[in-house]
Amino acid sequence: MDFDLLIKYGPKLLSGLLVTLQLVSTSIVLGAIISLPIALMRLSKNRIINGIAYSYVYFFRGSPLLAQLFLIYYGAGQMRPLLQDMGIWWMFREAYYCAIFVFTLNTAAYQAEILRGSIQSVDKGQWEAAQTMGMKYWPTFFKIIMPQALISSLRPYGNEIILMIKGSAIASVVTIFDLMGETKLAFSRTFDFQVFLWAAVLYLVMVETLRITWEKMERRLTRHLRQVSDQ
Amino acid sequence: MGETLGLLAFGDKGWGDEILAGLGVTISLFLATLPFGIFFGFLIALAKRSNNRLARLVANAYTTIFRGLPELLTLFIIFYGGQMLLQQLADLLFDGVYVELNAFVAGIIALAFVFSAYASETFMSAFNGIPDGQAEAARSLGLGRVQTLRLVIFPQLVRLALPGLANLSLILQKDTSLVSIIALPDLIRNTRIAVGVTKEPLFFFSVACMIYIALAVITSYFIGVIDRWSSRGQAGRS
Repeated sequence: MDFDLLIKYGPKLLSGLLVTLQLVSTSIVLGAIISLPIALMRLSKNRIINGIAYSYVYFFRGSPLLAQLFLIYYGAGQMRPLLQDMGIWWMFREAYYCAIFVFTLNTAAYQAEILRGSIQSVDKGQWEAAQTMGMKYWPTFFKIIMPQALISSLRPYGNEIILMIKGSAIASVVTIFDLMGETKLAFSRTFDFQVFLWAAVLYLVMVETLRITWEKMERRLTRHLRQVSDQ
Repeated sequence: MGETLGLLAFGDKGWGDEILAGLGVTISLFLATLPFGIFFGFLIALAKRSNNRLARLVANAYTTIFRGLPELLTLFIIFYGGQMLLQQLADLLFDGVYVELNAFVAGIIALAFVFSAYASETFMSAFNGIPDGQAEAARSLGLGRVQTLRLVIFPQLVRLALPGLANLSLILQKDTSLVSIIALPDLIRNTRIAVGVTKEPLFFFSVACMIYIALAVITSYFIGVIDRWSSRGQAGRS
């Protein structure tokens, strides 16, 4: 083990880790907000509305995140006059915001599908019972259906966050110094292979911590659903 | 519009042939990785089911590591680490020989590591989906261990694992794009070169995205064909 390397580049890797966490948490939260209308559009019986949402989801799930990132990051420069007129050029000028923009749209597509699946998995009887009790459509949706849907979507949501943590590594390709970016920089200066292994440990710690806490949270939130014999 | 589309022409003027060549690399990488990934995924699943504690431990660690690491980092570790390992090996055997790990091979290895880690979990749940009675019935008919696996378990395993493997292969197809970062001239790499020259990023990257989506559609079609074939013995459930 090379301690000089660790002393010199350890703090840099940790600051990169922080950038990764920021990137992922911001994208996941913004993506969650956007995913709700998309999921509702996907559930719509109107073919045009459904079709628009379907195309959106198909595009972002069907092409690589890397290609999407390049499309926005390099494409924004080409649309500069338009973006300046709209007053949002400041956002697309920065690689960091570009990455957040792309990651958000990407995870929104995945999250919308998770949400749609779990909303559809809630028993129809729940809607009917709420209707019988005189509840209107939206109160039923938010107070009866959504809480049950969210519980059944906990596991896929956890997986999506993990995929996002791993996927965010490609931000390093567009000059962002996240954990991967700092690792590449340290490697290009030292040619010491160990930095990759340290980065690997940090990524594993991140992913495993999330996985274990998520599992505990899921167990706690679904404790009322388990049969007595399971416990 | 016609002018932009002209950029996709073949020959010296357009980038159509370069992009097509990149697509060829992308598809070959995908097709070359798939069999390795499935085969090792199956082996790792067998290791996880083995009675040997060490085998189980190694297989589980393998899965945790390659499912937890970013694919890009795995690729770098294989590419640079493999390079160093090869060089050290060459130094040991010959004097002053410079060896280089082929980026295509590094891509196959890294992607197969990731794919097999996920695939082993798919195989595990497929194994769990086959009732014990199947193996017991096979044994009482006098079939040996290998015969049971080959004739009774395996055909059912394929059917049960197929949806999961199909999903993973669609993910693999997209993950191949990462090799562009280690300078392999795949679809993305060649698109970037075209963008560098023409300064038309919106057009070219949109085309690249659309090609990937078309690939996904084609792959899904073939998956559907295999799915119908593998469940041909099932009674219609629709």
